[in-house]
Amino acid sequence: MIGIIRYGAGNIFSLTAALDRLGIDYGMVNTEADLEQYDRYIIPGVGHAGAAMHKLEQTGLVPAIKALKKPALGICVGMQLLTAYSEEGDARLLNLFPIKTLKFPHEGGFKVPHTGWNQVYPEKENPLFENIPSGSHFYFVHSYFIEYDQSFTLSSTSYINKFSASIWHSNFYGVQFHPEKSGIYGETLLKNFSKI
Amino acid sequence: MLAKRIIPCLDVKDGRTVKGVNFVDLRDAGDPVELAWNYSQQGADELVFLDITATVERRKTMVELVKSVARQINIPFTIGGGINEIADADALLNAGADKISINSAAVRNPALIDELAKAFGVQFVVIAVDTRVMGDKNIVHLNGGRLPTEKQTLDWIIEAESRGAGEILLTSMDHDGTKAGFDNGLLTLVNNTVNIPVIASGGAGSVQHFVDVFQQSNVDAALAASVFHYGEILIPDLKSVLKENNIEVRV
Repeated sequence: MIGIIRYGAGNIFSLTAALDRLGIDYGMVNTEADLEQYDRYIIPGVGHAGAAMHKLEQTGLVPAIKALKKPALGICVGMQLLTAYSEEGDARLLNLFPIKTLKFPHEGGFKVPHTGWNQVYPEKENPLFENIPSGSHFYFVHSYFIEYDQSFTLSSTSYINKFSASIWHSNFYGVQFHPEKSGIYGETLLKNFSKI
Repeated sequence: MLAKRIIPCLDVKDGRTVKGVNFVDLRDAGDPVELAWNYSQQGADELVFLDITATVERRKTMVELVKSVARQINIPFTIGGGINEIADADALLNAGADKISINSAAVRNPALIDELAKAFGVQFVVIAVDTRVMGDKNIVHLNGGRLPTEKQTLDWIIEAESRGAGEILLTSMDHDGTKAGFDNGLLTLVNNTVNIPVIASGGAGSVQHFVDVFQQSNVDAALAASVFHYGEILIPDLKSVLKENNIEVRV
């Protein structure tokens, strides 16, 4: 059963609706004591990364999250929180991945936020992308991106530059796109995570 | 590559779709959720619901609609119509809406855009602009194009972007309902001026019109209602023609 980390950053209605449709069981993690009843976790997040980190710190869950040994998936800003630093709010983050979250530069013809369906290319073998063809479209909406890194990038997408559409390191995963809004392949990814 | 988006628009009143819909497989053509599900299966990239309910129960019916859609649809959607204050937007966000579309409330109170962007992020705030040519100028109109304002369209769009609009939904009232094609000239001008996504609306009558609007104006998305509702254009057919024309689409 998936435990959704609750720390007040954005609404999770669409995420829980997707899990309901897929028949994936979940519950809420509000305190450290809640963690042990689940076998995997999702860290959601919408909005400002610096503000989200501040809210996460206020829950007191940060040390326990950093010490997790079970699979954990950060979505959108929840993924960015796993990195070391974000230019959004000049914020120090969880540092589970020693890479940075950067602002998209202004470049001719490219609009920010990066909004819409873009292609995702897995760069490593991992069950998270099982039954998802390389180059499938996922739904993105973000103004900050996680830099591309050969060690940690699980799949990449190109917009202005090549960036991390997803990251992976031991039991920690992150996706920049919204699987709960990304059609059948998004649902496949959530199902895959529920079985990792 | 980032795909160009195809967006069917549904008009909803008291929880029911109002414009006639001509889908053969629908059990209930007036049920916006069933219609939305059908579009998502056809390959629509996103949906817009325009709620024209005018009763005091409006917010409650919108929230119920948004919840039903979010429960059953696996693509993003925008809800618009009568959103006047932060509390409206907050209720819709918590019900699962990905974006809200604001039109007349933003024209009457432009600071609302700043407040919404600050509270929810720019990605949540779509500014819908209805435009009509008066003399030789494009002028922002309210009330479905009936009421001209003092704002010039391009100036208003630039102001909306600077205040925190995350996307522009631009409807040409001169083209809307004509089925003679989108207003590619104005859309090109707007798309080249702003640095946020632009959705073209008004005038879609054929598949070629979608090819034209993407090739000529390079907008990010195109929205239509009746050509989709009456089955005159099927989304899979439309996307295959766009692809043949080297326009990036999600298939």
